[in-house]
Amino acid sequence: MSELISMRASAASKALQDGSLSSVELTQAHLDRMDATEGALGAFLARSATALETAAAIDQRRAAGESLSPLAGVPIAIKDVLCTKDMVTTAGSRILEGWTPPYDATVVSKLREAGMVALGKTNMDEFAMGSSTEHSGYHPTHNPWDPTVAPGGSGGGSAAAVAAKQAPLAVGSDTGGSIRQPASFTGTVGVKPTYGGVSRYGVIALASSLDQVGPVSRTVLDSALLHDVMGGHDPRDATSIPTPWVSMAAAAERGARADNLTGVRVGVVRELVGEGISPAVRQRFDEAVELLTQQGAEVVEVNLPHCEYAVAAYYLILPAEASSNLAKFDSVRFGLRVTPEGNPTVEDVMSATRDTGFGDEVKRRIILGTYALSAGYYDAYYGSAQKVRTLIQQDFAQAFEKVDVVISPSTPTTAFPLGAKMEDPLAMWAGDVTTIPVNLAGIPGMSLPMGLSAEDGLPVGLQLMAPAYQDARLYEVGATIERLFEERDGYLVSERVPEVK
Amino acid sequence: MAQPELMDFDQALEMFEPVVGFEVHVELSTATKMFSDAPNPAAMDEVNIAPNTCITPLCLGLPGSLPVVNKMAVEYSISLGLALGCDIAPVSRFARKNYYYPDLAKNYQISQYDEPIAFEGSVSVELDDGTLIDVPIERAHMEEDAGKLTHVGGATGRIQGAEYSLVDYNRAGVPLVEIVTKPIEGSEHRAGELGRAYVSTIRDMVRSLGISHARMERGNLRCDANVSLRPRGSAAYGTRTETKNVNSFRSIERAVRYEIQRQAHILGSGGTITQETRHWHEDTGVTSPGRPKSDADDYRYFPEPDLLPVEATSELVESLRAQLPEQPVEMRRRLRAEWGFSDVDFQAIVNAGLLGEMHETVSLGVTATAARKWWMGELSRLANDQGVEPGVIATAEDVKALQTLVDDGRLTDTLAREVLGAMVAGEGTPEEIVAARGLEVVSDDGALLAAIDEALAAQPDVLGKIREGKTQAAGAIIGAVMKAMRGQADAARVQALVIERAQTDA
Amino acid sequence: MPDMTPEAIRHLASLSRIALSDEEITRLSGELPAIVSAVEAVQKVAGDDVVPTSHPIPLGNVFRDDIVGTPLTTEQALEGAPDHDGSRFRVSAILGEEQ
Repeated sequence: MSELISMRASAASKALQDGSLSSVELTQAHLDRMDATEGALGAFLARSATALETAAAIDQRRAAGESLSPLAGVPIAIKDVLCTKDMVTTAGSRILEGWTPPYDATVVSKLREAGMVALGKTNMDEFAMGSSTEHSGYHPTHNPWDPTVAPGGSGGGSAAAVAAKQAPLAVGSDTGGSIRQPASFTGTVGVKPTYGGVSRYGVIALASSLDQVGPVSRTVLDSALLHDVMGGHDPRDATSIPTPWVSMAAAAERGARADNLTGVRVGVVRELVGEGISPAVRQRFDEAVELLTQQGAEVVEVNLPHCEYAVAAYYLILPAEASSNLAKFDSVRFGLRVTPEGNPTVEDVMSATRDTGFGDEVKRRIILGTYALSAGYYDAYYGSAQKVRTLIQQDFAQAFEKVDVVISPSTPTTAFPLGAKMEDPLAMWAGDVTTIPVNLAGIPGMSLPMGLSAEDGLPVGLQLMAPAYQDARLYEVGATIERLFEERDGYLVSERVPEVK
Repeated sequence: MAQPELMDFDQALEMFEPVVGFEVHVELSTATKMFSDAPNPAAMDEVNIAPNTCITPLCLGLPGSLPVVNKMAVEYSISLGLALGCDIAPVSRFARKNYYYPDLAKNYQISQYDEPIAFEGSVSVELDDGTLIDVPIERAHMEEDAGKLTHVGGATGRIQGAEYSLVDYNRAGVPLVEIVTKPIEGSEHRAGELGRAYVSTIRDMVRSLGISHARMERGNLRCDANVSLRPRGSAAYGTRTETKNVNSFRSIERAVRYEIQRQAHILGSGGTITQETRHWHEDTGVTSPGRPKSDADDYRYFPEPDLLPVEATSELVESLRAQLPEQPVEMRRRLRAEWGFSDVDFQAIVNAGLLGEMHETVSLGVTATAARKWWMGELSRLANDQGVEPGVIATAEDVKALQTLVDDGRLTDTLAREVLGAMVAGEGTPEEIVAARGLEVVSDDGALLAAIDEALAAQPDVLGKIREGKTQAAGAIIGAVMKAMRGQADAARVQALVIERAQTDA
Repeated sequence: MPDMTPEAIRHLASLSRIALSDEEITRLSGELPAIVSAVEAVQKVAGDDVVPTSHPIPLGNVFRDDIVGTPLTTEQALEGAPDHDGSRFRVSAILGEEQ
C-alpha cells in the first residue's frame, strides 16, 4: 500500500498503461491514505463521492483497448479555488459554504477529459489571500514535516496533500507565490506558468492580472506532465495565450537526460539573496549555486533593482483588484445570506453577510483595495503600483538578456510556526518578497526542493525563473538540477517526508 | 408631496439661457450579449421573455466566470461612432465601474472610462420647421446593461415603500452604446424640441444602421436629459441636474421644459440648484429628486484586467465606413438639392411624411416635379378624404405608371386625374382603367382633323379671324373639338392642327 | 496616517458593503496606517514617462463571434439562490436609487 502512494505520477502512468496497476487500486490507496492522515493534516475541505467510480470507468475503457492520456487513471487533488460541478466549491471561505457551481473550470474539464481521478478539494487561505493557510475559513492545514508549522499558503492544502502522499499530483493557484511558497515549505515541486498559459475560466478570481493555475507534485517531470494537461488557449478566458505550447514533459525528460548544465547561463538575483534571507536558507542556496557552477553552469549576478518595491506594489494591485472581484459575494444570487433583525434593506443584508462570511484578512485587503482605488487616490496608489510593475518587467527583460534562467531562494525562511505571524499582517506579507516579482512580471516560476535547513530540518526551496513563454526552459533546467540534487544527496527531499502522525 | 413652483417659461427664457445635454443608451441587437454568449433579449421580437432564461454564469456574476468581448458589438459600436461623425480610437480599453446594486450581477459594470471607442463627433438634427442644429458629441462608448428589478409591495411599483424586490438578469450584459453630447447651447425656447428631435434622429440612425431595434417603449433606447440654466450675460455654466426615466419622445420635450421652469423659479428666488439625479413622472408631468450626488458615487474606475484593449485598425474602420448607409439627415440634404424645391416646399413634403414615397417614385424615373404634383396634390386630397396616409392608397409604381401615360401623350393631366381617382377606388391599374373607360387620348391626326373641320364649318367666322392672324380665336374651335373628343385629345396638338388647317384652306 | 482614521475606515467599509463592528474598526485603524505607509513607497518610484502595466502579457483584439452558446436553465440559475420565487431572485427592499 505504501508503495502505491509513494509512486511518482510518471511511474504510476507507466504502470497503469502496462496493466500492472489499476486506477481503482491506485485511487483506493490514496483514499486510505487520506483516511489515515487527514485528522492530523487537514489538507482537504471536500472529498469526491465518485472517485472510485471514475477510476473504475477508466480501467474499463483501458481494458476495452481505448488509447488514453498519459495521466488517465492517476488521482489528483484540486485546490478549492477551482469550480467543480460535482463538489462543493468554497475558495476556503464561509461565504460560499455549501455552494456547488453549475459548471466546471476549464482546467477541471481538461483533467476529466484526460481521465484523471479527482480525490477532493484542498484547503486554502480564504480567497487565496494568505501565506500559511491559517486564514482558511474552515481549519488550518498542518505541514507534514512538522505539524506545528504552517504548510505555506495560500495553497497549503494541495502542497501538504502531495507531500504527505495523499495524492501524487495536485492543482494549485499562484497569485503572489501561493504554489511556490508552499512547495518550498513542504519540500515539493510547484510551478506558476506564464500568465495566460493556463485558463482562469472557473477559477475564483483574486487578482485577475496576477492569478495563474499551476501544477503541484513531488518531481519536476510530474509537474510537467500535469502542466501539459492543464495548459493551453481557452476562448472563454480572454487573457489566455493563443499560441500553442510545446510539451513540458518532453522538456523535463530532455533535462533529466542532460549530463550537466554546460551552456546554461544562470543569474542570481542580488536583491533576493540579501539580508532578508535567513542564514539556514542562505546556506542551502549557496551550496546549490556551488553545485550548479561545478556542473558547468555560467553563474552571474543579476540586478532587479525595482524588486524592493515589489511587495508594496503587489499589496496595492492585489487588494484593489480583489476588492472588485469579491464584490459579487453579496447574498443575492448564491452563497451565504445573513439577514439582520428588524426591517433590513438589501444593503443591510449585503453588509451583514459580508461581515459574517469574510474573514479578517479578506476584510483587511478589501478595505485597503477600496482605499487604493478611491477618487483622488488612484494615481498615487494603484496607478503608481502599475508603473512599478512595468519597471520590474523591464528589470527581468534586461536580466534575461544576459542569462537563461534567474534563481533565488523560493522563500526567505523555512516554514514558520502556526500562529507566529497572525498578529502582524505586514510580517506575513513580507515573506512573499521572493515570489511576488514573478507574478508582477507575468513570467513563469518554479520552486523545487534544494535541501533541508540545518537549523530546523525543514525543507528549503530553490526558485527558478524564466522569460515569459519559456515555461519549457524551467522544466528542462529544473529537471537537470533536480537530478543533480538527487545524485548529490542520494534522495529527493520530496520523497523523504517524515511519517505523518 | 408639494409641487415645486415653476417660473413661466417665457420669463425663464428671458432671464436664463438653457444649456442642455443628453445621454442616450442604445441596446444593440447582436445575437449574443456584450461579454457572454447568452442570447440577447434586445434582439428578440417577443415582448414577454420568461425571466432568467437568457443567462450564462457571467450574467449572474458567478465566481470564476469571465467576460469575452462580442466582436459584432464592437463593429456595431464603431459603425455608430462613424455615423455620429466621431473619431474612432485606435486603441480603446474597458474599465470597471464599481458600485453595489442588486441588478448588477458582479457589482461592477464593465464599461469604458477614459478610453472610449469613439469621441468628438457631431450630429445634424432637424427641428420641425427644418431648422438644422449641430449637436456636438462628446463620446460614445461600449458597456453592458444591468438586470431588471421589480419592486413588490409599494404603492406605485417604485422603490419607495416596497417590501421586497425581484431580480431578472435577462437584461444583464446586453450590449449598450452610451452616447454623450457636449453641453448644447443656443437652442433657447426649443431646447425640449431639440431633445426630442435629437433622440428621434439617433433612433432613425441606429435603425438604418441595422444595429438596434431602438424601441423606446421596450427600453432599447433610453435617454437621460441634463439641464442647467445660465443667467443671461454670465459665462459660467449653471449647476445641472440629470433627469432619468424619460421614456418617450414626448417625455423628453416635457421634462426639459419642466426642468427649465423649475430651476428658473429656484434661481429667480435667490436659491441654488442641487446637483442631483431626478426622476421624470410622465403621469404628473414633474421631476422628483433622487439621491444627491455624494461620495457613494465614487466608482473607483480601473482598467478591466480580464479584457484586452480593442485596437480598431484603419482597415476595419474604413471597411465599416464604406458600409454605412446614408443617414436620414444626409439623405434629406441630398434630395433637397437634387429635386431643386424651395426649402418651404421640401419641408412640406417632409412634414407630410411623404419623403419616402417621393424618394421611391423619383428613383423609378419620375421627375421630382411630377412626383410632387401627384403625391402632394391629388393623392393627398384623396387620402385626406378617406382619413388615411397617401402611402396607403397608392404606391410609387402606380404614380410612375400614371405619369408614364402622361409623358407618352396618351393621357392629358385632366384625364390622368380621372384615372387616378378610379385607381384609388380600386378599378385596377392605370392601363386597365384607360382601356376599360376608353380614356386614351386620340393621337390619330385624321380623326382630329375630321373633328376640326366639323367645328370650323360650324363657326365660319372664326376661320376668317384666324386667317387674319387672331390666333387666339382658335380657342373656340379647340374647345369644341375637345368637347367632341370627350377630352381625349391633346389640346396643344389640336391647336396646331386648327391653325394649320385654317391657313391651308386660304 | 491621518487618512486611515476610524471615520475613513467606516466610510470604506460602507463603500464595500461590509458591516464592520466597532472592534473590527478599532483593530483595522491600528493596522492599516502602517500598511498604507509601507505601500506608499510606490509613489516615488516611477516617473511620468513610465507606462502603467494593466496586462502582463501584451495581447489585443481578443474577441468572440456573435454565436449563441448554451444558456443555463432557470433552475440552474436559481439553484444557489438564498431566496427566489421560482423564476426570479428575491431580495429585501432596496434603499438606494437606481443608477
